[in-house]
Amino acid sequence: MIMGDFWILATASLVGVSTALVGVLLILRRMSLLGDAISHSVLLGIVLAYLISGSRSVIAMMIGATLIGLMTAWLSNSLHRLGKLQTDASIGIIFTWFFAMGVILISVYAGQVDLDQDCVLYGEITMVPFDMVIMGEKMLGPRALWLIGGVTLLNLLVVVVAFERFRLVSYHPLLALTLGVNVTFWHYLLMTLVSLTTVASFEAVGAILVVALLVIPASSAYLWARSLKQMMWAAVGYAQSAVLLGYALAAWLDLAIAAAIATLTGLQLLLTIAVMQWRQWWRRRVSFRDRDAYTR
Amino acid sequence: MTPDFERVDPDYWQLLVEFWSFSDTNATWVLIGAVLLGMSASVIGTFSFLRKRSLVGDVLAHSALPGVMVAFILSHSNQPLVMFAGALSSSMLGLLLMGWLPKNTKIKPDAAMAITLSFFFAMGLLALSYIQGLPIPGKSGLDKILFGQAAAMLPADLYLLSAVAVVVLVMVWVLFHKLRLVAFSPDYARTLGLPLVGYELTLALLIVSAVVIGLQLVGVVLMAAVLLTPIAAARFWHRQLTVMLGIASLIGALSGAISANISYMAPTMPTGPWMVVVLSMIFLVSFLFAPQRGLLSNLLRQRRFKKQVRAENLLRSFYLLNERRQQSKGNFLQASLNRVFSEEELLSHRPMPYGSLMKGLRELARNGYLVYARADKGWALTEWGAAVALELTRRHRLWETYLVTEAGLSPQDVHRQAEKMEHLLTAEEIERLAELLEQGPQSGKGVKDPHGRLIPLTEEPSS
Repeated sequence: MIMGDFWILATASLVGVSTALVGVLLILRRMSLLGDAISHSVLLGIVLAYLISGSRSVIAMMIGATLIGLMTAWLSNSLHRLGKLQTDASIGIIFTWFFAMGVILISVYAGQVDLDQDCVLYGEITMVPFDMVIMGEKMLGPRALWLIGGVTLLNLLVVVVAFERFRLVSYHPLLALTLGVNVTFWHYLLMTLVSLTTVASFEAVGAILVVALLVIPASSAYLWARSLKQMMWAAVGYAQSAVLLGYALAAWLDLAIAAAIATLTGLQLLLTIAVMQWRQWWRRRVSFRDRDAYTR
Repeated sequence: MTPDFERVDPDYWQLLVEFWSFSDTNATWVLIGAVLLGMSASVIGTFSFLRKRSLVGDVLAHSALPGVMVAFILSHSNQPLVMFAGALSSSMLGLLLMGWLPKNTKIKPDAAMAITLSFFFAMGLLALSYIQGLPIPGKSGLDKILFGQAAAMLPADLYLLSAVAVVVLVMVWVLFHKLRLVAFSPDYARTLGLPLVGYELTLALLIVSAVVIGLQLVGVVLMAAVLLTPIAAARFWHRQLTVMLGIASLIGALSGAISANISYMAPTMPTGPWMVVVLSMIFLVSFLFAPQRGLLSNLLRQRRFKKQVRAENLLRSFYLLNERRQQSKGNFLQASLNRVFSEEELLSHRPMPYGSLMKGLRELARNGYLVYARADKGWALTEWGAAVALELTRRHRLWETYLVTEAGLSPQDVHRQAEKMEHLLTAEEIERLAELLEQGPQSGKGVKDPHGRLIPLTEEPSS
C-alpha cells in the first residue's frame, strides 16, 4: 500500500499548492467570503453535471462547477446592487441556497449520483488510488491527481504570466482602474480559478474544508510576508507542511485525512500569531529596558 | 427506490393528512420546534443583519461543531443539555477568535470570519472522525447535526429547543427598545450611558443560543440562512423595524412548518436544506414581486417615470417654440393652438432619437395633449396640452429663480438642475415657491427668470 500512500500524498500536496496560490489572491482582494461561498455552491454545479451528463465526466463537472461558481459571484453582486442588500448578506443568501439545492439533489437522486453527504464534508481522499486512469495496458495514475495536476498547472501559468497585473489589481485596485485595467475581467478570472480549484479539490477534501486550505495558509503568510512573491511561496510552504503533518497525524490516530490537514493549517496560523506576538512583546521589553538603562 | 414526483402518491397524501391532523405526537412536537426555531432565529438574525454582520451566524454555527464533539467525547452521552453546553461554549470561543484576529493582527475581518469558520469546522470533523473509531453507543446521531434531520430528534431535544427558542423570543421582546438602539446607533446608546458591552454580550448570547438549538434541525452548514434570509426577504415588504420583525418571524415560522412536514413525509431527507430552499423561494418572490420595493415594481416605476419625463420635456419644447414665435401680447394659450411644428423643428430644439420622439408624440396625442395637423404635416398643442406646458415651464423657471435668489447659484448652473427638478415638484411645492418668491397670482405679470425670460402665470384654459 506504499504506492497508495504516495498517490494520496501527491494529490493532497497539489491541492495544497493550487489552493494556496488562489487563496493569496483572494485574501489580498478581500474576497475570502466570496471564496467560501463559491466553494460551497460549486457542489450544485457538480451534482447538476452528474445528472445532466449522466457520467463522471471530468469536463462536464468542470464546466458545471465553473458556471455555478461564476453565477454565485455574479448573482450576489447583482443582488447587492438591485436589492440594496449588504454584500455579505447577498453572498450568504445565494450560496446557502445553491448549497441546499445541491444537498437535496444528492439525497433525492441518491441512486444515480455517485456522491454522498460524507463526500461533500470530508472528500474521499482515501479512495483516490482506486480510481486510476488506464490507457491501454498502462496505469497512468489516479484520475483525481490528473485533475488537480491540470488545475495546478493552469493556476501556476496564470499567476506567472499575469503576476504584475494581479499585483496591481490586488494592492492598488483604484490605480488599476484609473490606468484602464479591466478590473472586472481580473475579478471574474480569479473567480474562475477559485471554482476550478475547488472542483478539482472536491474529491480530495470536500466542499467545505477546502475553505480552510484557501484562506488559512494564505493568511499565515500574509502576517509576515513582505512581497506578493514571498507571500505566495510562504503560503505554499505552509500548505505543504500541513499536508505532510496532517497526513501523519491522521495515519497515526486513524482520523479523517482532509480534516486533519485543515486543522493543521489552523494550528500553524495560531502558532505563527503566537510567535509574532511573542516577538513583539520581547522587542517592546528590550526597548523599555534600553530606555531605562539610558535614563538611569 | 426512486421517488416519482409526477404522480400523486397516495401514501404521501395520507402522510400529509396525518401530519396536519396532529395525531402523531412526536411529529407535532417537531412541528412546534421547527416553527419556534424559525421564529426565534429570524428575529434574532434581524439584529445581526442590522449590525451589518449577516454572516456571523454562519461562523457561529460552524464553530459549534467541535464543542458538540468534545462534549460527547468527555461525557460519553448525547444528552441534549450537555451537547447544548458544549456547542454554546465553543461558539462563544469562535466569536472571540473572530473578533480578536482583526483587532490584534493584520488579518482583515472578512478573512477572520472565513478562518474561524473553516478552522473550527475542520476541528469538529476531526473529532467526529475520532469518535467514529470509538466503541461507544449513541454516536450514530452525531453526524446528523451537519445537515439536520428532524426525524432523528428525540422528545428531549425538542423540549430543550422549544424552551430556548421561547426564552430567546421573550428576551428580544423585553429588551426590544434597548437592542434596537444598540443596533442602529451604538454611539448614541453609549452617550445615553447604556452598558453597551452588556447588551452586545446579551445579543451575542441570544444569537449563539438560536444557532445552537438549530443545529439538529437545520444543521451546521446551513444555519446561517435561517438567521439571514427571512429578514432579507422581509426588508422588501416594509421599512419599519417592528413590522419587519413580524414579517421575518412569519417567514421563519412558515419555512419551519413546511420543512417539518417534508421531513415527516420523507424521513431520510435532510431537513436543513429543505428549510433553506423554502426560505430562498420566499426570498426570491419577495425580491422580485414585493409591491413598492420589489425589482419588478421598481422597473415599472422607472419606466413610468422615464415616459413621464419624455412627455413633460416634449410639452416644454412646444411651449418654448411657441414662445419664440409669439410676437404680440395676445392671449398666449389661444394663439398657441394654431401653431404647428414639424418633427424636424422639435428635434432641432431638443435632440433625441427619432423613434423616441415619435413614440412620445403619439402618446401625448393619445392622451389629448397634442393634435396632428394633417394639412401642415405637424403637431399642435391642444387647449389642455397648452395649459400643462405652461404650468411645466412655470415650474422650471420658478425653480431656476429660486436657486439663484435663495441658494446663490449662478444662472449658468441652474438650468441643468431645474431640468431634473421640474419632473419632481408637486403643485403644492410650486405654490409655496411662488409665495416664497413673492410672485403669487396677485403680484402681477412681468417677473422674469435668471435668463431674462418671463415666468408665465397659470391661466384658465378656457379664457
